[in-house]
Amino acid sequence: MSDVVEPVVATVEMQHGCPVIDSHGQRVLLVSRDQYVGVVKALADEGFDMCVDLTGVDYLNIENRVVGADIAAERFEVVVNLLSLTRRERIRLRVQVPATDATVPSLFDVHPGTEAHERETFDMFGIVFTGHPDPTRILMPEDWDGHPLRKDYDQGSIPVQFKGAHS
Amino acid sequence: MSTTENTFAAAGTSEGGQELLSRSELTAKELLREVGSVLRMSETEAAALSSVEHEAPEDQTMIINMGPQHPSTHGVLRLMLELQGETVLRCKPIIGYLHTGMEKTGEALTYMQGGTNVTRMDYLSPLNNELVFSLAVEKLLGIDGDIPERAVWMRMLLSELNRMSSHLLFLATNGMDIGAVSMMLYGWREREDVLRFFQKVTGLRMNHNFIRPGGLAADLPAGWRDDVLAILENLPSRLEEYDILMTGQPIWRERLQGVGAITAREAMALGCTGPILRSTGVAWDLRRDMPYLHYNEVEFDVIVGQYGDAYDRYAIRFNEIRESMRIVYQILDRMPSGDYRIQNKKVTPPPRARIDESMEALIHHFKIFTEGFKVPEGEVYVGIESPRGEIGCYIVSDGSSNPYRMHMRAPSFVNIQALPHMMRGGMVADAVAVISSVDPVLGEVDR
Repeated sequence: MSDVVEPVVATVEMQHGCPVIDSHGQRVLLVSRDQYVGVVKALADEGFDMCVDLTGVDYLNIENRVVGADIAAERFEVVVNLLSLTRRERIRLRVQVPATDATVPSLFDVHPGTEAHERETFDMFGIVFTGHPDPTRILMPEDWDGHPLRKDYDQGSIPVQFKGAHS
Repeated sequence: MSTTENTFAAAGTSEGGQELLSRSELTAKELLREVGSVLRMSETEAAALSSVEHEAPEDQTMIINMGPQHPSTHGVLRLMLELQGETVLRCKPIIGYLHTGMEKTGEALTYMQGGTNVTRMDYLSPLNNELVFSLAVEKLLGIDGDIPERAVWMRMLLSELNRMSSHLLFLATNGMDIGAVSMMLYGWREREDVLRFFQKVTGLRMNHNFIRPGGLAADLPAGWRDDVLAILENLPSRLEEYDILMTGQPIWRERLQGVGAITAREAMALGCTGPILRSTGVAWDLRRDMPYLHYNEVEFDVIVGQYGDAYDRYAIRFNEIRESMRIVYQILDRMPSGDYRIQNKKVTPPPRARIDESMEALIHHFKIFTEGFKVPEGEVYVGIESPRGEIGCYIVSDGSSNPYRMHMRAPSFVNIQALPHMMRGGMVADAVAVISSVDPVLGEVDR
C-alpha cells in the first residue's frame, strides 16, 4: 500500500500553472494551496461556473503518491468537482492539505453553494476553511469529539451516546 | 460569534451551536454577505434588498423552530425561521438528525457489499444510487465499456421506472403538504404499481441492491414486459385525473405560483441541480447533456420551467413522468437479449451451473463472496441524473477490495441549501409549499 502511484501522463500538461493529469479519462488539476482560490476563479471565468461537489480525503496510509511536480503529498486532500454547463465538461481539483496546518481558504465568495460542503468537510475531516461564514459542524452533534472520516478514527469504538440509559 | 474572524479552533471540537444570530449581533456586513454574494449584485443593490431586515427591530421579530419532527419536513429536518408577523425574514436548515456515517461504513464494506449501503441513502430512488456507485466502480476497473447490452438497457429501464415512482411520490407528498390530501392516496397508489414490479424483479420494494458492479444481480423475470406495459397503460389516464385535480385548479395555482421563486443565477451559484435548476429555465439534464448508459439513443424532451417557482417545479416533475414513460416504451422496443452481467470471473460470480462442473468456478465463487474483488488504484467521479438532480459518486481506491474513500454527492444535500433563498420574504404558510417543492430526501441529506 506504500508505493501507490497515481496515473500520470508522461508529457505533463499545464493549465493555470498547475499540472493536469488524466484519471480514467477525467481531467484533474493538481493545485497547490496558494493557487487554489485563484485557479477556481480563473476556471469560473472560463465557464466552469458551477461547483458541483467539494469533499475531503484522508490519505493517512498512502504516503508515496504522485501529486504534481512541485507539490508534496500531504495527509489530507480537498477535492473539488467543477462543471461547465456551456462546455458540458467537468474538471476536478485536488488540493494538498498538511495535517499540521489543516487549513484551506474558503470558496464561499466564488461559489456560495460550497458553504454546506465545506462545513461537512470540516465536520468529517477537521479541515478548516478560512473565511467561511458559518464554521460549525453540520452532520455530527455540536459537542462531538473528533472527526469521523479521518482514517485514525476507528469505526465502532465510540459508545452509543444515550443519556440515562442503563448499560 | 463573529464571522469576521475565523472562529474555528483547529483541534478544538466545540464549535458552538448552530444558531441564528440575534439581531443585535448581526452586522450589516454579515447580512450583506448572506444575501449579496449569492445574488452576485452590487453592495447598494444588496443593501436595498435587505432594507426590510434592517428596519425590523429585534423586538418585532421572532425565531421559531419548525421541526425536527414536523409533518411536512419529509424526514427529520429542522428549520429555524425568523419571522416578522407572518413574513419569513431568515431561515436556516439544520440537518444531521439522520446521520449514520454511511460514507464511513462504505470504507469498511467491499465493493460487492457497497450496493447495500448506497441504496439506503436516497431511499426513494435506490436504483439510481446503485447505478452511480456501479458506474464509478466499473470505471475504476476499466470495464465500463464491456458491460453487456442487455445489462445497460435493463439499467435504463429500472432507472426510468424509479424516476417515475419517485416523482409519483413527490406528487403525493406535495399534494398532502398543500392540502390536496386525496392526492396523497392516489400518488402512493400509482407508486405502489411500480414498486410491485420492482419487487417482482429484485425481490424487494426498496433498497434493492440489484444493480451491481459488472451488471445486475439477475435477469428480468418471465412476463416482465406485460407488467411494464400494464403500468404504462394504466398511468396516462391517472395522470390526466391529476391534471384535473391539481394542475388546472385555481386554488392549487394560487398556492404554488410565485411561491419560493429562485433565479437561474442563484440556482447555479448554489449548485442546485435537477428540477430546481430546470425550473429556472436552464435546460440541464445529464441524461441529455452528458449521456451515460444509452440515453443518447433514446428520444425524450428536457422539461424546463420559466419562473423558478414551486409551480414550475411541480409541473416539471409531473411532465418528467410522461417523458420517462416515453423512454420506457423505447426501451421495451429495443431491449436486446443476452447476458445481464459481465462474465469476468474477477468481478462477477460464475453462473450457478458452472460451479457444479468446474473446480475453478467454485474457487472464484468462494473468493468473490469472501474477499470481494480488488480494484486498481485511482480515483474517479461519476455523476448521473437522479430524480432529484445530479447524484455523484467519488471513489478513491488503494488497490484493495474496499474503497479507500467513498463519497456521495447527494442532490438533496445541495438543494436544501436553496431553502433560505426561496423562503426569504415569503409567508410562513408558504414555507411548507417551498420545502415540499424542493423534494428533499433526508436520508440522502444526512447519509
